[in-house]
Amino acid sequence: MIGNEAARTAERVARESYGRLLAFLAARTRDVAGAEDALSEAFAAALRMWPADGVPHNPDAWLLTVARRRQTDALRRRQARSAGEEHVKLMAEEIEDAAGNPAEIPDRRLALMFACAHPAIERGMRAPLILQTILGLTAIDIAAAFLIPPATMGQRLVRAKTRIREAGIPFAVPEKDELPERLDTVLDAIYAAYTKGWAEMGDAAPELAEEAIWLGRLLVSLMPDEPEAKGMLALMLYAEARRPARRDATGAYVPLDRQDVGLWDHEQLGLAEQLLRQASSGGPTGRFQLEAAIQSAHTARRMGGVDTWPAILALYGHLERLTGSPVVTLNRAMALAETEGAEAALALLDTIASDRRMAQYQPYWAARGHLLARTGRKAEAHQAFTLAIGLATDNAVRHYLQEQAAGLADG
Amino acid sequence: MRYMMLIHHDEPALAAADQKQLWQDYAAFNEALSKAEGAESGIRLEPAANATTVRTTGDRTEVLDGPYADTKEQFAGYFFIDVPTLEDAVAWAKRCPSSRYGSIEIRPVHVPQPGGWK
Repeated sequence: MIGNEAARTAERVARESYGRLLAFLAARTRDVAGAEDALSEAFAAALRMWPADGVPHNPDAWLLTVARRRQTDALRRRQARSAGEEHVKLMAEEIEDAAGNPAEIPDRRLALMFACAHPAIERGMRAPLILQTILGLTAIDIAAAFLIPPATMGQRLVRAKTRIREAGIPFAVPEKDELPERLDTVLDAIYAAYTKGWAEMGDAAPELAEEAIWLGRLLVSLMPDEPEAKGMLALMLYAEARRPARRDATGAYVPLDRQDVGLWDHEQLGLAEQLLRQASSGGPTGRFQLEAAIQSAHTARRMGGVDTWPAILALYGHLERLTGSPVVTLNRAMALAETEGAEAALALLDTIASDRRMAQYQPYWAARGHLLARTGRKAEAHQAFTLAIGLATDNAVRHYLQEQAAGLADG
Repeated sequence: MRYMMLIHHDEPALAAADQKQLWQDYAAFNEALSKAEGAESGIRLEPAANATTVRTTGDRTEVLDGPYADTKEQFAGYFFIDVPTLEDAVAWAKRCPSSRYGSIEIRPVHVPQPGGWK
């Protein structure tokens, strides 16, 4: 186990370098694929030479020098016919300077993240792009996590990188007036990676959740004054802290209210609380801070035995006004069931019943089933649970719903 | 995008499953499918042992018992869905109970382009 952890630490250190070097190499050329090629050649050269020659005093500078040489060679080949020679020379000099003084390799990872999550990039590809460029994950690993064939994921990544180069997507942190909107796309992309890792319970899935948390920490460290970045990291940590309690020994799904709070990771919860407090102390309250606050209220409810349902209901109300999302309305209905009863909750659910997104949304039908069961309408509850079972993509959730449906007959 | 979802069964694995649970799951899946926009209910085929395969080479026609290839998983049925992305199609494949006893092949339905065969 300890050896495993050491290997992981080593990997994390290498990763820190990878993202930094790639961001630096890609920032000036805006050619992400070219920078990746140059860097992978540098890593390959390192694997060939370091075992024999020893690890250089400054591995980053060594890698950057080799990658820079490949990159300028490739650029020269491509730009030889155009008037780009002067530009290439300038760039080479800048990279050389940085390589000579590695402590000062500028950290352009934030700019790279903003480029990868630019609105001109297809929404579904923003998270995969960030995972590949900042963390160096392969298309095969990303494909497995996103349930896409590896070749398809590879093609989509290539297309997205071409788009960065050709659509003139800037490698820069946006100006103040543009920042909130652009930051949202970065936060959404990282959180999308987290929820992929959250939904899947296979052996490899928690790793994606860990990667997303790593990105969240990086973002907070690079933008320490952004409350929403802290809010998102807090939200991920609240969820992650509960992971060990989400399945019982047989692998069965355990809903929040039946989880053993002793299995929760209290260190992560403490960190989440701290981040949330820092985030909310200044600046406006955004979506991620609200969602984190809801998780904080659930934690207090389960651990302190305090009835925080009224607070949860109010927070969902704010979130609903902010996002207009039917999924938020669904969650507010479940909070309403706790404060005003199942009938009031069902009436609220009826307001989103005609939303097309809900028709195929498994949690909607599961919630309906629970509420109908509480009002004693067993036949309707069974019908709702049946749809939820048909829409479930996770085995543990499916089994849980089957038990709920079977329980209707006994109750 | 319209996809044909081709169901392939590992017939011994399917036979070993809890049949009551399996067909309950299938009833729930069909219910969800029937409510989904653009989806069409599927067709279930008789086991591969009941297949007959015809192959014509030149002027010689062969008629054989059984499926066209003797593989572990056999074609067993299909359904259609119409969803925006491949990811949505993968979600429907995961929902299909047969994915637990074989595999679901996702094939985009060919849309003829102006300009003829491609």
